[in-house]
Amino acid sequence: MQPETDIDASLEITVLVSVGRHPITGRARRADQDARAVELARGVSGAEVRLLHAGGQAAESEAALRDYLGMGFDALTLVEQPEGADVLGALAEAFDASPAQLVIGGERAEQGEGSGLLPYLLAERLGWPVVSGLAAVEGVEDGVATLLQALPRGQRRRLRVRLPAIVTVDGAAPAPRQSAYGPARRGHLNAVVGSVTRDEEWVSWATQPARKRPKRLKVVKAASARDRFKAAAAKAEGGGGQVLTEVSAEEGAEAILALLKAEGVLR
Amino acid sequence: MLDTLLPILIFAVLALAALGAWRRVRLWRQGRPSPVPTLRGLAAMPRRYLVDLHHVVARDKVMSNTHVATAGGFVVAALLMVLVHGFKLAEGILGWGLLAASATMFVGSRFVARRRRDPPARLSRGPWMRLPKSLAAFSLSVFALTLPSVGLLPAGFFEGAGGWLLALSLVAVLAWGLAEMVFGMTWGGPMKHAFAGALHLAFHRRAERFGGGRSTGLKALDLDDAEAPLGVETPSDFTWNQLLGFDACVQCGRCEAACPAFAAGQPLNPKKLIQDMVVGMAGGSDAAYAGSAYPGQPLGEHRGSPHGPIVAREGKALVDAETLWSCTTCRACVEECPMMIEHVDAIVDMRRFLTLEHGNTPNKGAEVLDNLIATDNPGGFDPGARMHWAADQNLPLMADKGEAEVLLWLGDGAYDMRNQRTLRSLVKVLRAAEVDFAVLGNEERDSGDVARRLGDEATFQSLARRNIATLSQYRFQRIVTCDPHSFHVLGNEYGELGGDYAVHHHSTYIAELFDAGRLHFAPWKGGRVTYHDPCYLGRYNGEFEAPRNVLKALGIELNEMERSGSRSRCCGGGGGAPITDIPGKQRIPDMRMNDVGETGADLVAVGCPQCTAMLEGVVDATAEVRDIAELVADALVEAPAGAAQPSSNRPLAVEVA
Repeated sequence: MQPETDIDASLEITVLVSVGRHPITGRARRADQDARAVELARGVSGAEVRLLHAGGQAAESEAALRDYLGMGFDALTLVEQPEGADVLGALAEAFDASPAQLVIGGERAEQGEGSGLLPYLLAERLGWPVVSGLAAVEGVEDGVATLLQALPRGQRRRLRVRLPAIVTVDGAAPAPRQSAYGPARRGHLNAVVGSVTRDEEWVSWATQPARKRPKRLKVVKAASARDRFKAAAAKAEGGGGQVLTEVSAEEGAEAILALLKAEGVLR
Repeated sequence: MLDTLLPILIFAVLALAALGAWRRVRLWRQGRPSPVPTLRGLAAMPRRYLVDLHHVVARDKVMSNTHVATAGGFVVAALLMVLVHGFKLAEGILGWGLLAASATMFVGSRFVARRRRDPPARLSRGPWMRLPKSLAAFSLSVFALTLPSVGLLPAGFFEGAGGWLLALSLVAVLAWGLAEMVFGMTWGGPMKHAFAGALHLAFHRRAERFGGGRSTGLKALDLDDAEAPLGVETPSDFTWNQLLGFDACVQCGRCEAACPAFAAGQPLNPKKLIQDMVVGMAGGSDAAYAGSAYPGQPLGEHRGSPHGPIVAREGKALVDAETLWSCTTCRACVEECPMMIEHVDAIVDMRRFLTLEHGNTPNKGAEVLDNLIATDNPGGFDPGARMHWAADQNLPLMADKGEAEVLLWLGDGAYDMRNQRTLRSLVKVLRAAEVDFAVLGNEERDSGDVARRLGDEATFQSLARRNIATLSQYRFQRIVTCDPHSFHVLGNEYGELGGDYAVHHHSTYIAELFDAGRLHFAPWKGGRVTYHDPCYLGRYNGEFEAPRNVLKALGIELNEMERSGSRSRCCGGGGGAPITDIPGKQRIPDMRMNDVGETGADLVAVGCPQCTAMLEGVVDATAEVRDIAELVADALVEAPAGAAQPSSNRPLAVEVA
């Protein structure tokens, strides 16, 4: 990050990229959602896009990080972190020192904890708003971004968010461009030292491959193709949901709490 | 008067031609260095010209005779003209020789004129249409001006007012002829092909092709050198002898007539592509090109320069990316080219830049390359599932045996249900012949063929090096495969990376087993059969006979298609063409199936998983598509009683059907 860059010159976008893992072979690769985040950022006109990764620089992960450079970047900032570190603090510091106005990342990592919580924790730490499931950045004017959020079944919601903000993308974002070998080979990994927070809990965890669980078959009782199509395309019937409008924060919180208890999330 | 005029004219034109030659050489030298044995090349040139080039030209007998008369007459006439009229050495045989040569050339020029009367679409027009007149002008004027020198006309014939007028007009006609034949040779007229072509033959990048050899493997990129360019971005990124090769093009359009993509209406014409490279080398637009354009693309919209991009990231430059991606790398153009120009090398060079630098492989290309990187197969299947098709086959694994006589290379067809039938048949045949074979199983990876043809040299080399490392652990005498693409890559392209193997196509191996008496077939009871030559087996590796011998051993009498053998038409499945899928007016496999239909065959025998897939994909086909291995497996019978037993440990019962 170069703090001396003029903030007003153009929109600064930082994309958080991680080392992905191929679902079949487990080989390191550019993570699909992060690559989509890069593609989304590249599609914003007039934006200056930087890549940021917090992690190690092992040979295998370097190849994966170079896949992002192959999407047309000269450099990637690498905040060096040892294996098993909690990268939250280091990332927050990186943004404290940088002029990034929009931070884009994938919904969740393809390996490691993969809890999907990092964007939220980072937003909380920085005090920035967070928007998930982005389909497009439609424009930025006077520090306010117009975002298009993807909802289930192809629905879209337009949001206006004051920058700086963190947004995440999932499969609804545009498919990433091909990574080219030449730029990937030429690009630089600019390593910077970041503060290290050891994740004590993670160290004590044991990890094992997930067991494949049997899938519940979806039985569609339909006599005709038309019925089957209707069943496939139908909106899920949400039973027992309620829409609260114009309620106070306390009332809303109570309703959410009651729902979480009823669903058994909280006991 | 003539005694002074003629030498001045001749030597002036020669000087201008030398100047043009120097300019032309400078155009070629814009290219990258490529070391060639200069003197040995020049010494070999006459033989390459008179033998190798003539063999290709001679596929068209009339044209070949025309060319011998015209070109031979011209070369002799030009040399003698310098002696006779330039140095005044008309005595004795020289003058008569000049007469004979110019007369021969004139006869040739009449045949050229006949061909130009109603030229086929593949021939370029424009300046080429005036060529017969220029040839006649040169040969006639030389003939007439030489008559007094040998005494056939009185020495004073060209004197007096009428004689002077006649002499002057003859000199004017000769000037026209010399302008076309000598000046135009180095300044860019139709005769340029003679000058550039001769040097191209001398400095050819694949000298192995001359003398009946074959050189079809793509040349590797040096990926260790970070400064080396990844493919070709601008015309000057070609090697200088590639540029020289483009300049040698005589625009005969044989490539165009053979190109399956052009016939299918895809935006590719090999002849136009080579001419575009010439335009790029000199700088300018394609508006002056006088042959068939890329289907669907008007002339005059593309322009380039020696150091400008060939393919623009956006908009138009010298050629569109679709043109390069239309090629199936079938090598029909290279095979047909009398100038031995290497179209496929050039196309792959340019594709390399598009993939490795632009990251712009069209349609499913990027996905296939990602799959190859992540899963070592183009379909993105689990590498651990490679042998699932053979769960009931109990195939011996190299990892268990360590060595075997034959290593059976399965190819990515192992994931394809149609090709699994072929593989099963092949295994059955090998077992019937009691071949000591083994497979790599899950250790096998894609050979890298598709990655390389899509321009991803990095992925190709990664796959190749890992395959070579795997193969180096085991001992085997030869590799047998039913996939000609793997065959070609393993046999011709791994060598540059350190893997030298004896590779055989299954048809070759089956033919060998049959000849050794290890296979016995029931007589053929099916209908009419034709055979489709896979490009990567035939043109790439010269194996035309073995598949036919196998079919003959099965008792099949082939009904050959019009285009078969080295002129076989591609199925459309090579070079990643089904992946990049550039739209045209019709599909290449449909055209090939029409060829099959014209023979009246009920069955087309193939020897390639790609061909099988492409030809079986044809709707309403009139013929069934069967791999040679399937036909052989179906025809297997026990050895007839009393037949010689080639091996002593052969069991009495042989598993059949």
